[in-house]
Amino acid sequence: MPEPLDAAAVQARVADFLAAHDPATTDRLEFLRARFDAGLAWVHYPPGHGGLGAPLALQAGVDRAFAAAGAPSNDPRRIGIGLGMAAPTILRHGTATQRERFLRPLWTGEEVWCQLFSEPGAGSDLAALATRAVREDAGWRVTGQKVWTSGAQLARWAILVTRTDPDVPKHAGMTYFVCDMTAPGVEVRPLRQLTGDAEFNEVFLTDVWIPDEHRLGDVGDGWRVAQTTLMNERVSIGGGPLPREGGLIGVLARTWRERPELRTPGLHDTLLRLWVAAEAARLTGERLRQQLTAGQPGPEGSAAKLVFATLNQQISGLELELLGDEGLRHDDWGMRRESIVDFAGRSPTYRYLRAKGNSIEGGTSEILRNIIAERVLGLPPEPRSDKDIPWKDLPR
Amino acid sequence: MTDLLYSDVEEDLRASVRALLVDRSPAPRVLARVESDETYDAKLWRTLAVELGTGGLAIPTEYGGAGASFREAAVVCEELGRAVAPVPYLGSAVVATATLLAAGGTALLAELASGTRTAALAVPFATGPGAPSTTVAVTGGRLTGAVRGVADALPADVLLVPAGGGLYEVEARDAVREPVTSLDQTRQLCDIRLADVPGREIATGDGAAAAVSAGLTAGTALLAAEQVGLAEWCLQSTVEYMRTRYQFARPVGSFQAVKHRLADVWVGLTQARAVARYAAACLATGDPDTPVAVALAKAHCGPVAVSAAEECVQLHGGIGFTWEHPAHLYLKRAKADAIALGTADQHRAALARLVDLPGPLVEGEAA
Repeated sequence: MPEPLDAAAVQARVADFLAAHDPATTDRLEFLRARFDAGLAWVHYPPGHGGLGAPLALQAGVDRAFAAAGAPSNDPRRIGIGLGMAAPTILRHGTATQRERFLRPLWTGEEVWCQLFSEPGAGSDLAALATRAVREDAGWRVTGQKVWTSGAQLARWAILVTRTDPDVPKHAGMTYFVCDMTAPGVEVRPLRQLTGDAEFNEVFLTDVWIPDEHRLGDVGDGWRVAQTTLMNERVSIGGGPLPREGGLIGVLARTWRERPELRTPGLHDTLLRLWVAAEAARLTGERLRQQLTAGQPGPEGSAAKLVFATLNQQISGLELELLGDEGLRHDDWGMRRESIVDFAGRSPTYRYLRAKGNSIEGGTSEILRNIIAERVLGLPPEPRSDKDIPWKDLPR
Repeated sequence: MTDLLYSDVEEDLRASVRALLVDRSPAPRVLARVESDETYDAKLWRTLAVELGTGGLAIPTEYGGAGASFREAAVVCEELGRAVAPVPYLGSAVVATATLLAAGGTALLAELASGTRTAALAVPFATGPGAPSTTVAVTGGRLTGAVRGVADALPADVLLVPAGGGLYEVEARDAVREPVTSLDQTRQLCDIRLADVPGREIATGDGAAAAVSAGLTAGTALLAAEQVGLAEWCLQSTVEYMRTRYQFARPVGSFQAVKHRLADVWVGLTQARAVARYAAACLATGDPDTPVAVALAKAHCGPVAVSAAEECVQLHGGIGFTWEHPAHLYLKRAKADAIALGTADQHRAALARLVDLPGPLVEGEAA
């Protein structure tokens, strides 16, 4: 097996690529496809699938070099679920044909992905999900309801977890698929949230046909496949590197500095406490990134999303109290369809309300605390009555 | 010792207000209303104020009121908080009424008592009982100026406007009232503009300031009662959901971590009820401890209601984050109430003066 490429070798490939593909004159899509084919999409992916088998730590430098050259972007915020969740799952559990078919248009943004996991009756307890997939000829018939699906209205494909065997314990009877969002029987309805926006959707599946070649992993192995997806979700929700005051604390600190007439001793104390907490979280994130780069992944990742949610809620709550009368005014209750959360661009009331979702979406803070307590600290698990009985017999 | 319990009369009053609200203002109807052009429920208000006669509870019989007190009115506020009902009770039957009573009583008081008209004190909603600054000028009995973010003024017939050192009654139709997109959708604020409009002076100088302060003091005390009712709905609905929502093949409420959090909400609520009752009782009897009681109530009940509403959203999980579920109406009301009539922080600062617990010495200041 050859040595993985080092930073200089990877940068040399970027330079060669840019010399051969002038960002100013190459068609955007042609450029992105060529970048994928040159292994410069995600350098830690294997050759042939957009990567070079290089260390993940080199990716940031590659992205910077492309940005500096004015290269077209694949607009990662728009295709975050594909990049962050579907791709790692397809890479790890997909067949060669599936990887060949899906990864390139996923990365270039030609095909948008969404995630069909949560259900009305299966939130924290995802493994209780009830969407049924029944074997039929060379494929499966799928019926059920999914919820909290962002981007479903834009998506070409979905990653989908289903119940294929109700007669075995819940973790054993699940199967993971790629679902064609344009197939007959797929209905997407906007789901309005407390901010008034509809970032998310409900997705109703009625006798949707999925060919067996769109199954990801073995029949009955859906839970294990889903773990890959969920681990990647929490990593991406935790966020990237930030400068000091780079998060919501920066918004609050700016208001504090610019509006001396609002200051009180009591709020000052709270502000400083939150500043300390935000800076501690930022440095913890930085340290975690350094650990990962050094190949020493630590359990601190489980804490990042938990802390992010709490901080956002406390900071946005304080901001409203600081603003007083202005904090009682909202910008717009209209039902917007944006699927990107714009904390900085909306009113302080929006920040306060939207941040309430941070401790629910992508694993509630309660579930994250269980994970820390049981998997990190090794405390005994909650007594479980649901692991050994058939899914169909579970109390609900 | 001050009576911190509810009398039989108060419990009867509570029962009739609650029955009305359950029947006429269930959560889906409140949600539909706040999305309509008329966010206040005029019909419900008429029934509440006129037919149930709650509009004049705190008004003496000589002005045609019920001759009860703000204790009884506080019970109404608890129920209105429990239902996040979109009616101008706090603004008209509490703040404006207390202001008018302190100003010496006018013909308007009788109209408020009979429920034929409603009034609102034209000060920004976040203004606490300390002296509010005036943004309206008076020239030859005519008022010009603007007041931003006023509560319960949209459905009001009369505005009580502090202006140029006096206090004036202004016909609401003479003012321009611009509705504000408000955090609390069930109590929509408005911006008021007065352009050379006639006003009737009802108090001057210290009397005017004292009347406004009395209005805001009563409003603060009864807002605490509203926060108690609101927190109670949040706790009850969450407990109910925790009993019936299954995850991991068991009711979510069987997890000890969840139980402990709800137990903490309950503990805070028992205290909130005591301090809110104390504030209403002090107000009703003119107790000299009223300023302390009111600051204490707002400093304690605001955070209790916010945390009850936040726990309600969080423990309902995904469904609590939707527009369709009423939890958000309570969250928005709770957070807005925590800012209205002064934040907990401002009331703690007021307590520091009232109970002689001054802050650290500032350089150059004498001890």
